[in-house]
Amino acid sequence: MTPQLVVFFVLAALAVGGALSLIFQKHPIHSALSLIVVMVSLAGLYLLMGAEFVAAVQIIVYGGAIMVLFVFVIMLLNAGVEEHTSISKFAGFPGLLLAFALTGFIAATIARSTDSVQAVAQPGNMASTRDLSTMIFRDFVYPFELTSFLILVAVLGAIVLAQREKA
Amino acid sequence: MIDFLMAHGWLIVTVIKVALMMFIVLTVNAYLTWFERKLVAHIQSRWGPHRVGPHGLLQPLADGVKFLFKEDPTPAGVDRFVYFLAPLLSLALALTSIAIIPFGPNPLPWKILGQDVYLGILPPDVNIGILALFAITALGVYGVALAGWSSNSKYPLLGGLRSSAQMISYELALTLSVVGVLLIAGTFNLTEIINNQTSRYGILGWNIFPQFLGFICFFIAAVAETNRVPFDLPEAESELVAGFHTEYASFKFAMFFIAEYTSMITVSSLCAILFFGGWLSPFPPTWTWTYYLPTLILLPFGAWVIWDGIRYETIFGKIILPGVGAVMCVIAIALIAFPALNGFIQAPFWLLSKIFVFLFVYVWMRGTLPRLRYDQLMAFGWKMLLPVSIANVVFTSFAILRWGGIR
Repeated sequence: MTPQLVVFFVLAALAVGGALSLIFQKHPIHSALSLIVVMVSLAGLYLLMGAEFVAAVQIIVYGGAIMVLFVFVIMLLNAGVEEHTSISKFAGFPGLLLAFALTGFIAATIARSTDSVQAVAQPGNMASTRDLSTMIFRDFVYPFELTSFLILVAVLGAIVLAQREKA
Repeated sequence: MIDFLMAHGWLIVTVIKVALMMFIVLTVNAYLTWFERKLVAHIQSRWGPHRVGPHGLLQPLADGVKFLFKEDPTPAGVDRFVYFLAPLLSLALALTSIAIIPFGPNPLPWKILGQDVYLGILPPDVNIGILALFAITALGVYGVALAGWSSNSKYPLLGGLRSSAQMISYELALTLSVVGVLLIAGTFNLTEIINNQTSRYGILGWNIFPQFLGFICFFIAAVAETNRVPFDLPEAESELVAGFHTEYASFKFAMFFIAEYTSMITVSSLCAILFFGGWLSPFPPTWTWTYYLPTLILLPFGAWVIWDGIRYETIFGKIILPGVGAVMCVIAIALIAFPALNGFIQAPFWLLSKIFVFLFVYVWMRGTLPRLRYDQLMAFGWKMLLPVSIANVVFTSFAILRWGGIR
């Protein structure tokens, strides 16, 4: 076992454990905390693969900004322990089935594309931050701009919805 | 045994460096509290701590012992896991952020276990330095927010809410204000950012001149991120008792404080590195006499400490202070005697001096400025700081594109 493999298994266990705990925790804050653990251990996995920039951005955007908003809203609404209705119990069965189907689908896709996965995992193929930015701002600049436009529209929509009625 | 040590040299050296760094940072933190109390006291025409040891210099020790032996009750109805997690998280993240700061360009003159030993925990070729710092800062909110939530009490909850909102708002300006520096340097690597500020004219090469606006935005946002006066709304004692740490006692309370002071050190180092040339001397490299500045400062200071200690009333002060002063004088003379040592000490000397200046500014602001009102805080962050830092980014990019550089 190389040290890299040991670190990988620790981070992978943390990520999976965090994801399971996210589902099984009763309190929304605990679920949010579990999600943060998942995000941070994913960032650790990226770091292990040499993708320093993606790892840092993963923590800044997902671990920091987005999850802080989650925690903030949960605190602000003072949400309590989740409640179960009779329907939510029935919803568990199809949910479980769908989860298995999704896992199988992803596993099958990964198994079929072994070559390309290994090509990405080669240590020589490290994309620097410069390569990444060239890709985003030159090759994929239109999709990128379109996405930011979409986000802008969403922000405007949120402002319009949140605005108080003028008397 | 030797083979084993040599084979794992990197790991062993790193662990020792981390332990040393922890010790140094925690000691500096303790004396930062002394420095702050003393300085604020003098600003307000008081004496400050002066009973425990000469000039109250043993006060931090007494405080530490007090924190350790205080009763540590857990309030009823707290969420135990999160309640214990919050101070740990605050402290761990604050201490981690120090690891990314480089304190000198050259490795130690001798190798240890076959390794080049650099000042600072990480090797100088870490390419995401500043991004890693922002990542740690981004997680830093949780310590405060979770402490407020888990305490099951209204004042901490309000403090936690305020702090989350404040940190989200000011993080944007904090990150954007650095972009100008990154555009000039073209890298995230802190060592390269410093080396990029080298110039024939010393101080004129520093980023503060092309990026003055960026520096102002950065410093204000950083003070807000560390929850210090005038942005200490999360712990405004006149409104919220003690804010997010109202329900904490004993060492858990101390952990929040150590975290706060450690972030102060990190922010001061960042200001020095990003905008004030890091370990570069403010004088042109041709002025060789400036190499004796550390001696010139240390020798009179050591002599003053000896003189001050001898006329001190207590026996303790009579022994300790002259001892410390004598050590300072010996170091000062050793610097003249060994030019190699003097050359090595230059970079850390300048960086630490600059960090000290920013720590002074922090305390100075606390002694002078009144706290902002909450709506003023939000309006200032979103309507003033954010647009200005975006304008700075736009202007810097334009200048680099139009004139191929800003210097």
